[in-house]
Amino acid sequence: MIHSTPKRIGKIKFGLISPKEFRKMSVTRIITADTYDDDGFPIDMGLMDTRLGVIDPGLRCKTCGQRAAECPGHFGHIELVAPVIHVGFAKLIRKILRAVCRSCGSLLLNPLEKMRYLDDIYAKQKLGQPVEDVVNTVFKEARKMKECPYCGEHQLEIKFEKPTTYVEDKHKLMPADIRDLFEKISDKDMEVMGMDPKSARPEWMLPTVLPVPPVTMRPSITLESGQRSEDDITHKLVDIIRINQRFNENREAGAPQLIIEDLWELLQYHITTFIDNTVSGVPPARHRSGRPLKTLSQRLKGKEGRFRGSLSGKRVNFSARTVISPDPNISIKEVGVPEEIAKEMTITMNVTPRNIDEVKKYVSGGTQHHPGANYVIRSDGHRIKIADKNTEELITTMEVGWKVERHLKDGDIVLFNRQPSLHRMSIMAHEVKVLPRKTFRLNPAVCPPYNADFDGDEMNLHVLQTEEARAEAKMLMHVDQNIISPRFGGPIIGGIHDHISGSYLLTNRDKKIHKAEAFELLKKSNIGELVEPAGYEKGKPYWTGRQIFSMILPKGLSLKFKAEICEHCDVCKKEKCEREAYVIIEDGVVKHGSIDEKAVGAFKSLILDKIYKEYGAERARKFVDDMTRLGIRAVMKIGLSFGISDEDVPNDAIVQIDEVLHDAEEHVKKLISAYNAGELDQLPGRSIDETLEMKIMQELGTARDNAGEIAGRHLGLTNSAVIMAQSGARGSMLNLTQMAGCIGQQAVRGERIQRGYNDRTLSHYVRGDRGADAHGFVQSSYKKGLSPTEYFFHAIGGREGLVDTAVRTSQSGYLQRRMVNALQDLEVQYDETVRDTRGMIVQFKYGEDGIDPMKGDFGTRESIARIIDTVLTARGKND
Amino acid sequence: MIDSDVINSRIRGLPLPLKICETLISGLENQELTEDELEKIIELTLKRYKQSSIPPYEAAGVVSAQSIGEPGTQMTMRTFHYAGVAEINVTLGLPRIIELVDARKNPSTPMLTIYLEKEYGNDRNKSRDIAWEIESTILYHLGDITTDISLMEITVNLNPKALEMRNMTAEDVVLKVEDVTGLPVELNGYTLTTAPEEVSYRELLQLAKKIRSVHLKGIKEIKRVVIRKESDEYILYTEGSALKSVIEVDGVDATRTRTNNILEMAEVLGIEAARQSIIDEIMATLREQGLTVDIRHVMLVADIMTCDGEVKQIGRHGISGEKASVLARAAFEVTVHHLLESGIRGDIDELGGVTENVIVGQPVKLGTGNVRLIAKTT
Repeated sequence: MIHSTPKRIGKIKFGLISPKEFRKMSVTRIITADTYDDDGFPIDMGLMDTRLGVIDPGLRCKTCGQRAAECPGHFGHIELVAPVIHVGFAKLIRKILRAVCRSCGSLLLNPLEKMRYLDDIYAKQKLGQPVEDVVNTVFKEARKMKECPYCGEHQLEIKFEKPTTYVEDKHKLMPADIRDLFEKISDKDMEVMGMDPKSARPEWMLPTVLPVPPVTMRPSITLESGQRSEDDITHKLVDIIRINQRFNENREAGAPQLIIEDLWELLQYHITTFIDNTVSGVPPARHRSGRPLKTLSQRLKGKEGRFRGSLSGKRVNFSARTVISPDPNISIKEVGVPEEIAKEMTITMNVTPRNIDEVKKYVSGGTQHHPGANYVIRSDGHRIKIADKNTEELITTMEVGWKVERHLKDGDIVLFNRQPSLHRMSIMAHEVKVLPRKTFRLNPAVCPPYNADFDGDEMNLHVLQTEEARAEAKMLMHVDQNIISPRFGGPIIGGIHDHISGSYLLTNRDKKIHKAEAFELLKKSNIGELVEPAGYEKGKPYWTGRQIFSMILPKGLSLKFKAEICEHCDVCKKEKCEREAYVIIEDGVVKHGSIDEKAVGAFKSLILDKIYKEYGAERARKFVDDMTRLGIRAVMKIGLSFGISDEDVPNDAIVQIDEVLHDAEEHVKKLISAYNAGELDQLPGRSIDETLEMKIMQELGTARDNAGEIAGRHLGLTNSAVIMAQSGARGSMLNLTQMAGCIGQQAVRGERIQRGYNDRTLSHYVRGDRGADAHGFVQSSYKKGLSPTEYFFHAIGGREGLVDTAVRTSQSGYLQRRMVNALQDLEVQYDETVRDTRGMIVQFKYGEDGIDPMKGDFGTRESIARIIDTVLTARGKND
Repeated sequence: MIDSDVINSRIRGLPLPLKICETLISGLENQELTEDELEKIIELTLKRYKQSSIPPYEAAGVVSAQSIGEPGTQMTMRTFHYAGVAEINVTLGLPRIIELVDARKNPSTPMLTIYLEKEYGNDRNKSRDIAWEIESTILYHLGDITTDISLMEITVNLNPKALEMRNMTAEDVVLKVEDVTGLPVELNGYTLTTAPEEVSYRELLQLAKKIRSVHLKGIKEIKRVVIRKESDEYILYTEGSALKSVIEVDGVDATRTRTNNILEMAEVLGIEAARQSIIDEIMATLREQGLTVDIRHVMLVADIMTCDGEVKQIGRHGISGEKASVLARAAFEVTVHHLLESGIRGDIDELGGVTENVIVGQPVKLGTGNVRLIAKTT
């Protein structure tokens, strides 16, 4: 009975189980519906028979002799008095009934046709294509035959009454009759009907024996009161056995046909619900409390079901979860782990002659001191918990071949993850840095790939347990390797918020930085020497911000680009740009321009992209580390603060804004009167009402923009919010417009707000008012505050945004799941083809050119020009 | 110094994608190269190409799926937007992406982009004529329809301007209406009158309804045509799509005209056209949302949808439903159905894919799981 599990599963064959096999695999027949006797021991041949495996500690399984948790459990069986229909196959049984002769059981097709269909099926099977279409035509054709071509029997119409009743010409077909008929079907005919005779006989779709699942898969729980609470499946099995018994008794007693049929139907009901409790047309079997039972199908189905919940995804050991918080002083490749977690999570070390001294140090540390160890495993496999008492002894007796489960320490490779794991950068390998206090710490620059913030987000950490896993994680999943996103071939890690505003403040406009300050800024980047000073002031040397920033750039880096603050003038003035928006880097020195989001920001950083592609992952990581530290120190040194008074605009600006808004309102009124007079020009393909709406929206949109423009102009370029918005650090000019100028039109589904009362949005307005304020135009700014009606419209618009987000997350989550499921088996081969696991070619050359999107800047005009350039400049030198 | 023809043929013979060859050739124009320099450039280019190529056993599928799925969270839900042409509504954002990968038979906003042949496309009047020819004209576009209950008849007052604009005469309309209803129609100037055979109120109303929607001209599916000038060429955009009929119209450039309905594209122009249009549509939708996704990922999605010669959906009725592995199908959707079905058919799961191996607890044969090391014995 006891099989050893094979090392590797090669294939899995599916099929139906015959009654014979059910009996063979069964360890006992179950005859009584009772579970435990008065002493609380399982009854023999009852549903909790100890031969089916054990769940109570202390008992031993009578079949395999193992204890609870070791014994996998064994099947039993119930002999059904009469066959019943398996609900899952009810539709197929109907199809077969209609396709085979009612007397001889042969498929109602001519031999020639059968041959033809069979060839079709074989051909499709060989190609690995679905045979469904052929099989469906077989059933369709066979149904048309009114007379059996083999025995000449006239065929009767078969009606199917959901879920499990078949009526032949007003006469109900009993499962036993169907079973007898199905036994007559030949193997050849079965193949034509798309079945495999070796693994599934049609009569097996009407079981006569019911397997009883082992107790291990339906454990009973003991409540506090000492009462036992049985699993749903056990409850269902009890019902089945009871009815089966009653059925048997009645039958042997020779009860009238009517009673027999009723009982048969009842048995059918219980077995149907045992298999699937959500069949339409069958009232679900319920627990005493009224809750529908969770039977076999329900256990497999859905997100929390066996397949998706327990097999495709599993709970794991060696994992930790806690709140995250930022630490700009650790490297992006590191993760700060609380000491408490580090002491709980372990890595198994094999004791070798080379590391035995080191290991002894950990063991002597014990479980309570940090670089310590929790368990020692002797060569004989015995696991010993380290305690104060046995530390000495363990150290002295330790020898090569033992294993020690030591604490997590600095430099260990761990996986760090934040849900939802939407792309591969959601799980990256970090190096541990054990820190005091209770949160995971990470550098804010790695927030973009995780999409993390610190408003209470939690993240998971997994400790790798094998050397292979650690090696793989380090080579493939390390933060260094994931700076570039394969989605668009650019950096996904990079500066955010203060990193950008800091770098911008440092490099925009000439700032004179003296020696002490310069070293303070660069202290964390381990730079001990400064370049030639830019000049002298009162005899003291000073450096410019760009010089300081250049210190963290690699030598030899050359780059030219337009910064985020660029206003896209018609003719670019390049070096002479007043806004210093044209960046020139030559040989690792920033000659011109300001460093902002385009230069260092996540998703956009051109410098980081270039460094990664030319100097490698490690140098790129170092740049991010240095840049974030420098940026933060710069922003602290120079200072950047923002408060409510920063939104103040001078009085004449307020007057101007009011004027703009007033004008807009007048315009809207004009539009409405034109509409009322029927003078409005209709836009092609739009009704007159739509035209009016569009024109009003347009008018109010411009008004808002103009108001924002006025506000922006008066705030000036030195305003912190303007600096943040323009350098790309945080916020946008739109945000500023809404704070200082005018909030603008509130929209629902892209239109002005129309809902509410009859012909008006609120009772504050006249019926039929089409004016701006009556349909959700908010004139006020956030600073000024909203009027009650404006506030209400704003809430309407805000609600739509919330609903939108909620709907979108579920929809895009499902899209993601479908996408991954459809594409997950695809792999690039050595010949650059993309194939699925069957070997079917999907692409002959990956992406038509075989280029990795991560290294994707190759093939562009610039990269080719660079190659040509390098060769041609060499020419000049040789001459 | 070497001749540009020599450079040309030398570069075209290299194992490089066409696009790179062309960039290289255009970059080398008028550079007066020597033989050595050319060889040096070629060597460097080949080296860089090799460095940039995709590593074998890369799980390209998962990366592509994630690259398209992940930005989904950042897309707007707003269904309608005005795409380029202010007058035509087009589904955009996440709903459009879902519609595309679902390979829906009837997308919510079918649309044609009709390019015209040179002589028509450069002429505003000629292109407008084509537009009128394509746009479906229904009787109620041309005039007012009134039902006279006292006289039991229906009168249509045609608008002469509208008729002229659509290049039709009142007689044309009469013929069409007679053709459709099978009833005699009286024409008096621009007024049509007709009455139902049987004098009954119900008949009259039904007839009025029928007459209202008599299709007079153009292609039925095309509700509206908008003409736009794009770089000195008139392009027609339509609401509604009927590619097959449109490319048969004189003056339409069938080589460039396309629809945003992928299945229609496959039916009319073939599977390769469908593939290209999936790529174009997804890329356009993503671009409109301001999201950058490498085209290779989109290509892979388009390829798996079309590699069997028919457009298949990404999901349980398409690719995921036709997978070889029973376990993979069961783990995706409709679990029980797949298990029962495979039992009947006696399916064998070869355990080749990702999900199956995760389920049985074995290493997945993908990426590093696919690599086997063989020790060299000497």
